[in-house]
Amino acid sequence: MWSVDGMDGMDEIVQEFLVESYENLDQLDRDLVELERDPGSRELLSSVFRTLHTIKGTSGFLAFHRLESLTHVAESLLARLRDGVLTLTPAITSVLLEAVDAVRALLADIESTGAEGERDYAAIVVRLEAALEGGEPSPSPTPEAFVEADPEPGAEPDAEPDAELPASRRTAADGSIRVDVDLLDSLMNLVGELVLARNQLVQRAAARHDTELQRSTHRLNLIAGELQEGVMKTRMQPIDTVWSKLPRVVRDLSVQLGKQVRLDLVGRDTELDKTILESVKDPLTHLVRNAVDHGIESPERRLAAGKPAEGTLTLRAFHEGGQVNIEISDDGAGIDPARLRARAVERGILTADAAARLSERESYGLIFAPGFSTAETVTNVSGRGVGMDVVKTNIEKIGGLVDVLSEPGRGTTIRVKIPLTLAIIPALIVTADEGRFAIPQVNLLELVRLDAGGSGPRIENVQGTPVYRLRGRLLPLVSLREQLGLPAAESETTYIAVLQADGRQYGLVVDTINDTEEIVVKPLGRQLRQLPLYAGATIMGDGQIALILDTIVLAARAGMVADGGTRHEAELVDASGRDGVQLLLVGLSDGRRVGLPLAVVDRLEEFERERFERVGVHEVVQYRDRLLPTVRIDAVFGAFGTVEESAGPVQVVVCEHQGVLVGFVVHQILDIVDAHLDVRSPVDTGGHLGSAVVAGRVTELVDVARAVSGLDPVLFAEPDELRAPDLVEV
Amino acid sequence: MADQFCTFLLDGHLFGIPVQDVQEVLRHQEIRPVPLAVPEIRGLLNLRGQIVTTIDLRTRLGLPATEESAVNVIVRTPDGPVSLLVDRIGDVLEPAESTFEPAPDTVPRHLRELVKRVCKLADGLMLVLDTELAVDVEDAA
Repeated sequence: MWSVDGMDGMDEIVQEFLVESYENLDQLDRDLVELERDPGSRELLSSVFRTLHTIKGTSGFLAFHRLESLTHVAESLLARLRDGVLTLTPAITSVLLEAVDAVRALLADIESTGAEGERDYAAIVVRLEAALEGGEPSPSPTPEAFVEADPEPGAEPDAEPDAELPASRRTAADGSIRVDVDLLDSLMNLVGELVLARNQLVQRAAARHDTELQRSTHRLNLIAGELQEGVMKTRMQPIDTVWSKLPRVVRDLSVQLGKQVRLDLVGRDTELDKTILESVKDPLTHLVRNAVDHGIESPERRLAAGKPAEGTLTLRAFHEGGQVNIEISDDGAGIDPARLRARAVERGILTADAAARLSERESYGLIFAPGFSTAETVTNVSGRGVGMDVVKTNIEKIGGLVDVLSEPGRGTTIRVKIPLTLAIIPALIVTADEGRFAIPQVNLLELVRLDAGGSGPRIENVQGTPVYRLRGRLLPLVSLREQLGLPAAESETTYIAVLQADGRQYGLVVDTINDTEEIVVKPLGRQLRQLPLYAGATIMGDGQIALILDTIVLAARAGMVADGGTRHEAELVDASGRDGVQLLLVGLSDGRRVGLPLAVVDRLEEFERERFERVGVHEVVQYRDRLLPTVRIDAVFGAFGTVEESAGPVQVVVCEHQGVLVGFVVHQILDIVDAHLDVRSPVDTGGHLGSAVVAGRVTELVDVARAVSGLDPVLFAEPDELRAPDLVEV
Repeated sequence: MADQFCTFLLDGHLFGIPVQDVQEVLRHQEIRPVPLAVPEIRGLLNLRGQIVTTIDLRTRLGLPATEESAVNVIVRTPDGPVSLLVDRIGDVLEPAESTFEPAPDTVPRHLRELVKRVCKLADGLMLVLDTELAVDVEDAA
């Protein structure tokens, strides 16, 4: 039982519960009255049901047992009404309204004393139960019931706590005021305008040599900055403000259910817009309660399944691709899609035919159907099938998505994606074709400057995919101009923003990189919603508009998804992430496979046959204003196949050896793989390091030093005598 | 009292929209193009901190495009303000109820989709633009 002396010691959670419940009760009164006029309205019934459900749920874990049992009975009655077992009569409405009054009285007691008080609510419970059994409750309420629940400060000494109600209510709401979100929005816009006006003023003032004016503008500058920050802060809160209450919820619930649950919270300081935070609070609590109740099994069942007795519930929050992701994962029993379908048929939500046609993913979606519950028994924790449809409705209301992933026996993950509407995020501003674009900083790994004319590393091509060698890894590149259908850049210098999206890395080629700024994400109009590439737009300091890029959609557009035809890029990226030796696999004309260490590979080129010229015994190609000595890999490996006869351009792997470029003529460029050379044989067929099994095939490994040894020894002398590559200039 | 119409010119045609649909009229706003957007969408403009989609009404109506359209008629929609780019703004008219009739066959075909009614003025026709349909370019994509 709650035991607190006075308001000072009252827990934050209780205060919030009170403020919220009072609001809910007012709504309940209105709904019930309206329901009496329109008894058939399922919408109103559902609304009333949810409101009571919320109060009951919260009072349950706050250990207000009398309140809980009272609301439980009222809720049961409403469930009957909702399911059509009972029809609403004026008498039932009266009983329900009395119950609401009783709840109000209980709340008043809790607020003034911190406990539920001594009043007896047995009479109203009996009347509710009578109605529940289908019997008409006594047509006119008994006097006692009215006295108990009378919210008016009256002559009855009993009603005294109620008389204090207005005073204590003010106390509960003292620390904060509710501000209309629209008002905050317009304040935010005004501040944005102020900042723009300030910027212009500061520029003008700087041009004039008026110290007084400059001092004033400087002050204005500071104040505007602080004001902007302040107004923005009014909207942003870490998700922890919602999460901080969850450990308690989980603890109480697991104790009540006899389960052992550990709660892990990851990303507690992820900031969310206040409005969004408010709207996800209840859904999140529902999801967590559901996970503890339905997801995680009892210790006995867990042990029997070979899992630790203690279940783990993990909540992760992070910004990704212009959205806030919240994941609720448990390592519990998971969801069986077949059972979901069976249950849906049983509950009359679906016909057997329709259920049979559902995919696994669609089946998971069933848990969000109204009136659906897989719990075998209705507990007062969950199982009435009210929670999940509310979760979905509330999250969709703010433009979010809920997704369920489950593996029977292994656990369930519920992923909530919420748009960043109105959120403030740090972003990198880049330019393409004079238009500015914002890339959320969370997606950004590093920046690379690229001089087209310079001697540094440049953009190369692997099987038609532009790549950039970044510290030995090949980074697939995406041109922003190309993706946006803009004309190609003419400038010599470009920049690469190395981005992380959906676990992959890629380089976004842009014209220039401007700056990092805190941006206010603004939604795009309805007309542009079919362009998922843009996560929104923002207004820059100078009043210009920048479009916010969704880096994941951008990667997908560029074909950087791990499926069929575009697997290549994905492998490139994967290869860079793991340990092991990276090999460029090439084919010999007799079908054998040879691996070149990727570290020595500089570029992959295609040359027309005519470009091969002879210098002494060697073949050379004029290449980047130099002569590129070439070596036929076939010859090195003694594969004298049919390469001469085949038409078309010749594939050449340009390698760097001791500072000199050498071209290996190969039959075919196959792939880049991350090889673990554990299956290895010393069988030497010349010019190589032995063979290994790579990607399921025996692959011979090239020793570059030996392979080029047939070339002019002057090129590859001792390192100190090394000649600079420009000595082989044409 | 008869309805008031805010009128504007597009390729020589006089169009009108109910005055209560119009939030404001702006000239020569800087418009940020949106790559990949449908041609009807000219871009975005910054309306005192609010980002407003600008629809090129000439393109929307199938009229020849021109760089001359430089007046933004900001209309109110249930999803927030949207800007309609027109050639020139005209007067606010208050034609008598009796002068309205359904769009006749003389109204070019490509206009009839968005013009359901016309109003016979002394010196010509005023085409009444359906604002709601005009800003609905999502389906046109």
